[in-house]
Amino acid sequence: MFDTLSQRLQDVFKNLRGHGTLTEENIREAMREVRLALLEADVNFRVVKDFIATVTEKAVGREVLKSLAPGQQVIKIVHQELVELLGGSSVDLDLGGRKPVVIMMVGLQGSGKTTTSGKLARRLKSEGKKPYLVPADVYRPAAIDQLTVLAGELAVPVHPSRSDQDPVDICRQAVARAGEQGCDILLVDTAGRLHVDQELMDELGRIKTALQPAEILLVADAMTGQDAVAVADKFHQDLSLTGVVLTKLDGDARGGAALSIKKATGRPIKFVGMGEGLDALEVFHPDRMASRILGKGDVLSLIEKAEATIDQEKAEELNRKLRQDGFTLEDFLDQIKQVRKMGSLEQIMGMIPGMGRLKQLQNMPKPDERELTKVEAVINSMTKKERSNHAIINASRRARIAKGSGTQVQDVNKVIKSYTEMLKMMKKMRGKPGGLGGMMGGAKKKRKRPKGLAR
Amino acid sequence: MLSWFKKKLRRETDRPDTEATPRPTEQEGQYRSEEQTAIAPPAAASENGHPPGPVEQAPDAAAPPPESRPATTATGFFDRLRQGLSRTRESLVNRMDELFLGKKAIDAELFDDLEEILITADLGAATTNELLEKARERVKRDELSDPRALEAILEQLLQEHLVRVDRPAELVMPASGPFVIMVLGVNGVGKTTTIGKLAHKFKKSGQKVLMVAADTFRAAAIEQLQAWGKRVDAEVIAQQQGADPSSVIYDAFDYARPRDFDVIIVDTAGRLHTKVNLMEELRKIKRVMNQKIPGAPHEVMLVIDATTGQNGISQARLFHEAVEVSGIALTKLDGTSRGGIVVNICREFNIPIRFVGIGEQMEDLRDFDPREFVKALFARDQAKNGPIKAAAGENGNRPEQS
Repeated sequence: MFDTLSQRLQDVFKNLRGHGTLTEENIREAMREVRLALLEADVNFRVVKDFIATVTEKAVGREVLKSLAPGQQVIKIVHQELVELLGGSSVDLDLGGRKPVVIMMVGLQGSGKTTTSGKLARRLKSEGKKPYLVPADVYRPAAIDQLTVLAGELAVPVHPSRSDQDPVDICRQAVARAGEQGCDILLVDTAGRLHVDQELMDELGRIKTALQPAEILLVADAMTGQDAVAVADKFHQDLSLTGVVLTKLDGDARGGAALSIKKATGRPIKFVGMGEGLDALEVFHPDRMASRILGKGDVLSLIEKAEATIDQEKAEELNRKLRQDGFTLEDFLDQIKQVRKMGSLEQIMGMIPGMGRLKQLQNMPKPDERELTKVEAVINSMTKKERSNHAIINASRRARIAKGSGTQVQDVNKVIKSYTEMLKMMKKMRGKPGGLGGMMGGAKKKRKRPKGLAR
Repeated sequence: MLSWFKKKLRRETDRPDTEATPRPTEQEGQYRSEEQTAIAPPAAASENGHPPGPVEQAPDAAAPPPESRPATTATGFFDRLRQGLSRTRESLVNRMDELFLGKKAIDAELFDDLEEILITADLGAATTNELLEKARERVKRDELSDPRALEAILEQLLQEHLVRVDRPAELVMPASGPFVIMVLGVNGVGKTTTIGKLAHKFKKSGQKVLMVAADTFRAAAIEQLQAWGKRVDAEVIAQQQGADPSSVIYDAFDYARPRDFDVIIVDTAGRLHTKVNLMEELRKIKRVMNQKIPGAPHEVMLVIDATTGQNGISQARLFHEAVEVSGIALTKLDGTSRGGIVVNICREFNIPIRFVGIGEQMEDLRDFDPREFVKALFARDQAKNGPIKAAAGENGNRPEQS
């Protein structure tokens, strides 16, 4: 709907080239754009107001006025300020104290408490802890079943709660049982409730008193609008939260709620939910969130994701093969698989800054996941020999491959064509620094190397 | 909604083809009568114990008076309605009065206050500016000086965004066969709960309802719908988790065909609107429905959470692109959020709002009343101002509170 903020700021400052200095009025004009961007990202009205006041103060009377790229400078200040507000650096769970340690999940209905409980359990388990899931939502139909099913998938023990029990009783019993089962962390999934429902808020207070949790995490939907402050503030007042989990960040919400909640509670955002799968829970990075709120894309996340997904050894082997001209269809398939592991194509594209700005991309059909599936199927239907030497794939082989993969001969042709094109591209790049090999193998190293520095 | 029931009853008695034609006159009539009942200030409406919406039901002699039954329970039907809306309602009259009566003239400060009210209602910065700009023009042109007149202008402008004559807010029944409703939305907006309440509403007016559990993805979604089925005494068709939703619907429609259901409500899995493959799945579901029952789904209902901010536009756009949304249900309006984003959605995509959810009980789904909704948009919750005030420190702009 909107251009990126940096684009708009460039526009604001465009006419000023050659004027030498920027006036306070220029900064204010820029701040109007920043304000709009923040409001469109659902940052709370009052928070925006404050923020703009602080940043204006900081921007005016600084050397920004003399800088060559005022737009960039302003963005940098805004970004820094946002990062600071969002918490500076990421904060982990505090699991000290007497065992079993209790983590309590609270929030509005539908914010994703149960799913997040499952994700947290998985995370804790992978860290070698022994989580015990406690469904304490006796109100929503089948909420207990939901957590029980998730626990089953994770092979994590779950408390046998019944919906006719009192949530506080469930929690008390669960503590005893967790000890018997040898679990050291209790994850209590409470029922979703409105912050204005005092009766249910009191119930949370009773659970808190009974369990003395080490962590009380507010689970909040990233798509929340202006009301985020009211909600977070009430939960914080009643329960003194220890942290926040922001969910559903895998959509296209800019997530200004993060800022509102942080400002209202002063508590760190600890995790973000990035998908429906139980592994889709990530540590919160304030700097990335700031970029996202400003609409700058999320390059760092992309790079980190690529590093985690792409097998270093495989990458090096690929690098070697590229140099020796030995890039086969098999490697092609490998590469596709690795790209897919990084997430859906749109997700990856969304993380690249400036993608939204390119007009021609907006009208382009969205990358189709099924195309990749097709490519995989086609290559899988080839024999080993064919994969290592595509030149032998003649018409009858193509027909067989198409039949085997449930596709058309045209599809097989397409795959072979894109493969040969890639080969050609690689030939061109070979020997050049920062070619594809560099991209695949050492993304990190390459990032740090200054431009033009040959390998 | 209500005249839909009338329609159905009439269809059974005399002409079977009436509902195939749109009924603009009746539609307008309904709005007018609604406005008449609601024209008294909401405070007065709650004083006599009848929220404007259900008052409409009283003259509707064709339908059995539904309020007689639930009224016997401890918390009666009207009580629940009143309770649910009270939070948005109680403060609104006061706040508006405070705002408009406290001011002698229309000045920049008043516009600043209005801007804050509209933006914090999630109306969005762009729409707010546009509205205020229009209002400013009107003030200039008509040389208005009374803040009250400004209030009236804004309310009128907002209502124009919400109500379109060409898209009736009530559901239109097909000439024959079951009325199929497909319910969709992002995760956690309250689809299944809304379906439960909707089924209850239909059951109460004497319809035979079938619910189809096509959310086969989320853990225990099926059990949740089945629990609702038991609660409202309606049949639920389900398969195991992980089944193909289209095939669940295919089988369910086969099951429904000889059994003469009046209404079939299909629950789909919550999905983020940006997931291309999941939107494709919705398209397929819709195609399958249309194959089994020509014309189905007759209603594609998008459920939107009132706490949603500007992302609501993106949600509506992508769902609309995929399956042509025909109506909206706005849920969780019983909190402090005001759901202003639907104003933008209504306007941009010309989709009417059918229902609002105001609580967790099965009666807590009521017909959308644009007038009351607009009134509530201007309400500001005191609780909301408190904390921010504190956080805002010296930057708070309301001198009377500092």
